[in-house]
Amino acid sequence: MSGTAKAPTVRVMRSQLGRVRGLGAAKSGTGHWWAERVTSVALVPLTLWFVYACLHLAGMPRADVAHWAANPINAALLLALVLVTFHHMQLGLQVVMEDYIHTEKTRMLALVLMKGVVWLLGLMAVMAALKLAFTG
Amino acid sequence: MTDVRDALMVARASDGRLVRRPLSPHLQTYKWPVSMAGSIFHRVTGVALSAGTLLLVWFLAAAATSDGAYATVSGFIRSWFGVLLLLGWTTALWYHFCSGIRHLLWDAGYGFGKAESIRNTWAVFGLTAILTLLTWIALATQL
Repeated sequence: MSGTAKAPTVRVMRSQLGRVRGLGAAKSGTGHWWAERVTSVALVPLTLWFVYACLHLAGMPRADVAHWAANPINAALLLALVLVTFHHMQLGLQVVMEDYIHTEKTRMLALVLMKGVVWLLGLMAVMAALKLAFTG
Repeated sequence: MTDVRDALMVARASDGRLVRRPLSPHLQTYKWPVSMAGSIFHRVTGVALSAGTLLLVWFLAAAATSDGAYATVSGFIRSWFGVLLLLGWTTALWYHFCSGIRHLLWDAGYGFGKAESIRNTWAVFGLTAILTLLTWIALATQL
């Protein structure tokens, strides 16, 4: 390519390093990447427990589900599952949006909207789990 | 050059000339190896599972609300559409689960060679099928 393409010119006084500093894809180091790994490790046992719990609860009347959810161990695991799942989901969806939405404004809007929806869904699940835990 | 990010694409050759860095060819150029399908499927299942959390939230909220609300969500899950969604989500869940563990092993430096990464992609597909089948057998014997 370098043989045929016109040699590029840079009409800016700042050094290249000065201009790209802080513009890396991650912007904030490894925090996001690491949080995604930690939550995924936590989700390995939690997912197995979740599938087991779903199979156990399948077809149960509401009173039995409420009784199950009031058990402190089940309640704690359910809350952990919800919190870690929604955190992991928010981290993952963020990467997908950052990869495919190329307009700065649209991307920011989409990210804020997505995080808001995930927060609300997570809070609803937490509230439901807590209500079942205390009143079931 | 108008955007500062273009600066990343411009470099100096050893004689001091400014040159454009070469770009690697884009996706369409390559034949699809199975590992590429495995990678994009991890992302697709992740997004699908995100949508799947709606059912989890609905189920929990209904269970915490009333018998009527619980009957509605149970009815939906038992409908043909609900079963279809559930089938999709169990497959997506097991795929993302197996593929995620594979990603963690890769991060730790295992199984990332060319031949073995192709092998373990197929292993992930196989395990997903087995685990999904086992889950539905367990569900069928339960009900």
